[in-house]
This record gives sequence, structure tokens and C-alpha cells, in this order.
Amino acid sequence: MTNEKKNLPGAGLVQGLATTFKNMVTPAHTRQYPDVAPELAPRTRGVIALIEENCTSCMLCARECPDWCIYIDSHKETIPAPPSGGRERSRNVLDRFAIDFSLCMYCGICIEVCPFDALEWSPEFEYAEYDLRDLLHEKERLGAWVESVPPPVALDDAAEEPKEIALAQKAAAKKQAALDAEQQGSAGDA
Amino acid sequence: MSSLTWWLEVGLRIVVIFLAFMVVPLVVGQMEHKAMAHMQGRLGPMEAGGFHGWAQLVADGVKFAQKEAVVPKAADRRVFQLAPAVALIPYLLALVVIPIGPGTQVGVDLDLGLFFALAVMGVAVIGPLMAGWGSANKYSLLGGLRSAAQLMAYELPMLLSAVSVAMAAGTLSLPGIMDVWHWYWIPWQLIGGFVFFTAGLAELQRPPFDMPVADSEIIFGAYTEYTGLRFALFLLAEYAGIVVLCLLTAVLFLGGWHGPFADQHLGWLWTAIKTFLLAFVVIWLRVSYPRLRADQLQKLAWTVLIPLSLAQLALTGVVRVL
Repeated sequence: MTNEKKNLPGAGLVQGLATTFKNMVTPAHTRQYPDVAPELAPRTRGVIALIEENCTSCMLCARECPDWCIYIDSHKETIPAPPSGGRERSRNVLDRFAIDFSLCMYCGICIEVCPFDALEWSPEFEYAEYDLRDLLHEKERLGAWVESVPPPVALDDAAEEPKEIALAQKAAAKKQAALDAEQQGSAGDA
Repeated sequence: MSSLTWWLEVGLRIVVIFLAFMVVPLVVGQMEHKAMAHMQGRLGPMEAGGFHGWAQLVADGVKFAQKEAVVPKAADRRVFQLAPAVALIPYLLALVVIPIGPGTQVGVDLDLGLFFALAVMGVAVIGPLMAGWGSANKYSLLGGLRSAAQLMAYELPMLLSAVSVAMAAGTLSLPGIMDVWHWYWIPWQLIGGFVFFTAGLAELQRPPFDMPVADSEIIFGAYTEYTGLRFALFLLAEYAGIVVLCLLTAVLFLGGWHGPFADQHLGWLWTAIKTFLLAFVVIWLRVSYPRLRADQLQKLAWTVLIPLSLAQLALTGVVRVL
């Protein structure tokens, strides 16, 4: 026997009773889900939201999707040349963007791969359906999830500034310089 | 006139006992649901009836009543159909002779009350035997035979320890025992109380003595082939058995309606408190201990409980003579 300590006969029986009694008086771990909302982690992967304005129909998400559950239809439209000169341009117009959540395995590759941040995780999860086919969310429904997308996590204090900010500041400075030059020019005329 | 009041009194007693018989086992069952759940870190029933699932067992009863009552083709039809009644009704009869308070607060003040209660409890255990034999199912038969072996072993210590109390009181009438009871009987009859309660648990086939219905080995023992209302009656019999055992233990070994104060007015409350505490212990043991093997069961009965009950008998005799 490894247990060298000589216990009183029946000590184990009493210990068993004590364990169950202690368990009884400690609160249960059960969450009363439909009555009480669960406390989810802020970046919970519940459903995928689509910010339609950001989408350029580049098809990267649809191609990367491991189970091919993203459907994208689009057509090209030509934007006429501006009157100030230049040539006419063509641009993609999104006709249909749908994710079939009956196939989706919530890997998040589409969100990672999107170059324009058109897809985001939302923590909403209560979209179960009685019919499997109703799990196909069209772009209107995907767009409705955007509201529930939490703001991005704040950057670390020591983190490098995002490139976007430097770019925006550079553009703003350029514009300000142009504005200043224009004002000086008009002041010189007067 | 006096005959009319007599009939009224008898009717009232029957109604009260029958109501208690229908309601108290359900309360114990609900207590088991809840206590067991919390001991396992769960909440137990929470939906039925709204407040903490109080109506769960009522809902279960309604469900059982709706189910088809199947009798297997090869079964011994009459025996099969009769078994649940044989298991259930003796507990109703046992309730008749157990006093819940001083004076006339007992169904019938029978001179042989203790003998009667133990005798009908002995009849109740025939129910599973009939079910096991009549079902034409190997699991049922195994369960029935295990029941038989277990009941043979545990009837003896149960009777011996009950006899010890009867010896101490000098009467077999349960109200009579209550009348001569003193508080020092609790330490005096302590061993007997332990033996009686343990053997009673085994008679009821409650865990840890649930070899005859061991669900991981023989499905549900003698009850395997039962469906619907008959199955529900067997379950009710189990809980009615707990109530009767706890009442008897409370009356014989814990002083029944005797309490530290107000026992002449609120004696029934003392009985109820003791009974429910014991019922809680029954549930507590079920959650805490694993099932005993067949050989461990027999060993416990013949080498521990019977010598203990004989020792108690000797102790009672010595103290009585002194």
C-alpha cells in the first residue's frame, strides 16, 4: 500500500459524505441560458457581418473559404470620365453576397483574408432556424449584423502607429499646405 | 349517532393517510431531484410549474399515464400486471399503524403495530420478485433473483433490531412504544437504529444497495419490461418505501413525536422533521456511495449487521434486567 497513514475505519465514508454535502451548499455552475444571457468573450466568433460599402467583389474570401460557402455575384459598371478630363473607369458593383451558415465552419479565413475589412466577427449567435435553407444569409442580413460588431481592441501603448494614421496625416498635411498656399496667393492679389 | 361519528372518523383517517401516501413520496422525490442535483453541481428541474420546477414529478406522472402499458407476449400476464400493486399497497397499509403524534394521532392503535408494519413491508418486497419472474426477460429474472438474495439477507438484521426496541418498551404497539420512550433510548438503541436503517435501505434496494436494479449491468432489473403507469407505480413504491422506512426509524429509534419542547401540541411536526431528515440521509447516501457488489452485500449483512443487531439485543436485555 502506498498510503502509509493509518485511517480510522469508515473515514473514507465520512469523507465522501462531506464532499457531497460541500458540493450541495456551493452554488451550482449551471447557466440558465434562455432566461439569463451568457457572458461571452468580447471577440467571440458568433456570426460573420458584412460591411457592404467596403466590398470590392474581389472574390478573395470566396476563394479562400475551405468549404465554399460564400456566394458572390457582381457586375462591372463604367463611371464616365470626369468633365475635368481623364478617362472613364470601371468599377465592380456587388449584386449578391451570401454566406451559407449551414456549411460555414467558423474558421474566420474570409475575415482574415479580406483586404478591405469588409467582413467582421460579431458575437451574435442566436440565429438558429427550423429549416436548414434559412441559414443562408444574404447581404441584407449579413449587413444587419454589423451593428453588433464590437469596436476593435485598443492598441498597446508601446505599439507602432498604424500605417493608416500616418497616411491620413500625410494627406491632411498636403491638403493644408495647398490650402495655405491658395490663401497666400489670394492675399497677395489683394 | 355514535356509529355515524365513528364512520366519519374512520373515513377521515383513511382520507388523511391516503393523501399523505400520495403526496409525501412525491415531496421526497422532488427533494431527491434537487438535493442530488446540487450535490452534483447542477440545479435540477427548473421549468415545470414555474418556481424551481416544483411540479416536475406531477409532469412525470402525467407523462407516464399517457404511455402505452405493454405486457410482453411471453410474460405471465396476471403476475406481471399484479406486481406493481403488490409492491405499492403494503406501504399504504404500513402507514396506517405508524403514529405521527401523541394520543390518537395514529391510523389504528394496533397491539401488534410493529409486527404488522414489518410484516407488510416484507410483503412489499415480493413485488419485484413477481415482476422479475413474470416478465419473461433474462435481465428481469436476474434482477428478481438478486432481489431475493438481498432481501433474505437483510430481513433478519432489520427484524432483530426492531425486536430490540420492542423488548426495551415491552410492547409491540407503536403508540405504546412512544408512550414509554425516553431520550436516553437514542444512545441506548443507537446500534440498532443504524442496523435498522441500513437494512431498510437494502430492503428498498436503494443505492448503495441497488444491485437488483443495477442499470449498468441488468438494465433495470425486475422493472426492465415495465412501461407507463405500472412503471410509475414501481417508482412510487420506492419513494413510499423511503417514507415508511424513515417514519419507522424515526418512531422506533429517534423518539417519533417526542421533541425538546412543545411535543404535546406539535408532536406531528417533530415526526415530520425527523422523517425528512432521514429521507435526506437516504438521498445523501445515494449520491455519495458507489454500488456494492453482490458478495459485499452479503458480507455486510451476515458478518456486520447481524452480529451488531445481536449485540444490540444483548445490550437491551442486560439494561432491561438491570
